[in-house]
Amino acid sequence: MAIYLDHAATTPMLPAAIDAYSRQMTEVGNASSLHAQGRAVRKAVEESRELIAKAAGCDATEIIFVASGTEANNLAIKGFFWANLSKKTIVVSTIEHHAVLDPVEWLEKHDGAKIIYAPVMPDGIVDLDALRLIVDENREDIALIAVMHSNNEVGTLQPISEVVAIAGDIPVHSDAVQSFGKVVFDFAGLGLTSATISAHKLGGPLGVGALILKRGLDITPLLHGGGQERDIRSSTVNAPGIVSFATAVDQSLMNLRENFFRVENLADQLRLGIQKAVPESIINGRTGNNLPGIVNVTFPGTKNETLLVLLDMAGISASQGSACSAGVQRPSHVLLAMGISETSADATIRFSLGSTTTDDEITTVCDLIAAIAEKARV
Amino acid sequence: MKIVAAMSGGVDSAVATARMAEAGHEVIGVHLALSSNPQKYRSGARGCCTIEDSHDARRAADMIGIPFYIWDMAEEFHDGVVENFIEEYANGRTPNPCLRCNEKIKFAAVLERAKGLGFDAVATGHYAQMRETQDGRTMHRAVDPGKDQSYVLAVLNKEQLDGALFPLGDTVKDDVRIEAKKRGLYVANKPDSHDICFIPSGNNAGWLRERLGSESGPIVDEDGTKVGEHQGAYTYTIGQRRGLNLSIPTEGGTPRYVLKIEPKSNTVVVGAKEALAVSHIEGEKAIWCGPQPETGKTHRGFAQIRAHGAPLPCDYRSDGASIVADLDEPLLGLATGQGLVIYDGDRVVGSATVSATE
Repeated sequence: MAIYLDHAATTPMLPAAIDAYSRQMTEVGNASSLHAQGRAVRKAVEESRELIAKAAGCDATEIIFVASGTEANNLAIKGFFWANLSKKTIVVSTIEHHAVLDPVEWLEKHDGAKIIYAPVMPDGIVDLDALRLIVDENREDIALIAVMHSNNEVGTLQPISEVVAIAGDIPVHSDAVQSFGKVVFDFAGLGLTSATISAHKLGGPLGVGALILKRGLDITPLLHGGGQERDIRSSTVNAPGIVSFATAVDQSLMNLRENFFRVENLADQLRLGIQKAVPESIINGRTGNNLPGIVNVTFPGTKNETLLVLLDMAGISASQGSACSAGVQRPSHVLLAMGISETSADATIRFSLGSTTTDDEITTVCDLIAAIAEKARV
Repeated sequence: MKIVAAMSGGVDSAVATARMAEAGHEVIGVHLALSSNPQKYRSGARGCCTIEDSHDARRAADMIGIPFYIWDMAEEFHDGVVENFIEEYANGRTPNPCLRCNEKIKFAAVLERAKGLGFDAVATGHYAQMRETQDGRTMHRAVDPGKDQSYVLAVLNKEQLDGALFPLGDTVKDDVRIEAKKRGLYVANKPDSHDICFIPSGNNAGWLRERLGSESGPIVDEDGTKVGEHQGAYTYTIGQRRGLNLSIPTEGGTPRYVLKIEPKSNTVVVGAKEALAVSHIEGEKAIWCGPQPETGKTHRGFAQIRAHGAPLPCDYRSDGASIVADLDEPLLGLATGQGLVIYDGDRVVGSATVSATE
């Protein structure tokens, strides 16, 4: 028995996406070549680009395919900073993914960037008043503002339109890796300058993502050598990955509403079951405006390291904020930013549900959780 | 049995784990993260604190086919081992951090967590043997005299040893490497770890200087005459001869050795080799690895004062909490703080921390 409840880490590929990937792998041709095979591959890539653009509310030319969400975030942050070195300040929310925080901190250490962290409120939503103050006081020096579209650990959706309004003409980047394909994401409607999306979070393959970058903007590339993607990203175009990405996007968007309610109903069952089995447990980050399927729970008196081992031994896959490169669990910076104590953060885990999650699986977890939490309390 | 195998990423613990799994036990592999910032202690193939080592441990567990987890013991390690190491040096003693790690981490914090999760024992790649005897479970030297680690395990009490398994005690190291190769464990040729794992540079004096400063002080003769100056008394060890840089030679030019370190007056005392001779050793905080020797009675046995030191024939007695050993032949240079381990033949009787010598 294996119960996979870590869909926010990565979710199984959709069968149609696997088919699309396999089919495209049988086609030879470099999308940059002028011959017939090259043109055929290019056509498949461009159709995929258009499909994804439509789903994300942007122009096809605004999609820059890259190899991962992390790459897209790095490209946006370093790209904007390097493109205009007269501005030194980068504003980021305290609950960003490490794929945003780490490049910003790298720029601080190596390139003289100044970081201002925009705080979040206890419910995990960025504090707009604080952000307004930060922007007003530093407007002339801000190169970029980065606020994620939804948080990967607690699932809170962020008020991006308001952030964009506060920013005015300062570029705003949003990491939408968790949102795209699960909730409505409308790049142009939000008024964003750039955004990150990734295939493997919505049933597409690993190794494909995109930076959505407003047309007409030039940012400094990370990779040089061919300029295949709008001269901003070089590498032979990953046609099978992109075609499969588009198929997964198509399927996800087609079933967006149905999936949302199905997954969120299961998540509600899980929350209820956990609270019934472990009355002192605390559900974090519920604001009424969340990603579907994220269940972030504190089990007071336990250590999440122990909880995860016990769950794993029972065949249940859950996770915790983040682990360092050696694999050591660290108290989640997201929970700490929400004002949760280090002890509570260390007692918190995330279940994330997805396309393959079933009623029976949730019932099993609810049946086992009391005993597991009890054992982890030693 | 349900067993937690502590996997450092080295060849010994990998083979020990494989043997436990093959014997049909329910085994999980656990790598201990002992530094809160692994990069800080990053090094090549030594120690047990690096990203590479946790990766090696994970791959070994994959190949053996058991679940693998990383347990964060950084705080316990810092408080129980690193702080103790610094404090002991500050007090003019010479600690052995591996003893403390076994006593307070591997067979205390880890064993406790393992038992809490429903496991029966912790297995490690240490070289020592446990035997069932009429006196209960007793610990003995490993068959490979070059690798025997019973000395660093002698800080474990009976209860801790009852939860400990050392699957490699009956095998020589060369055979362990051959076995690792046969089992397809790619750590088979990984070099042994040496030195102190949290000082990967090997420069203990430099590491201590960063933490204890380098307050200079006098180096004096046995009669109190100043013969030189030092930059931090803790960088010296009892019996040290080199690097003293003494300005005033002895009568007849005989070499001088560090005899004593006095932390309070920040003084290093030097003198003739003969003055290093120790034949009477007193140790405190006695720990018994098996049946406790009868008190008030003198026993015959062997004393060992270094991890790979020679067993020294001695008479010893104990009041239960301390051990006094009288050596047949004096040894040269013994610092307080070192571990005194008593053997009865190849059986480990117990250990104590050296508190006084004569």
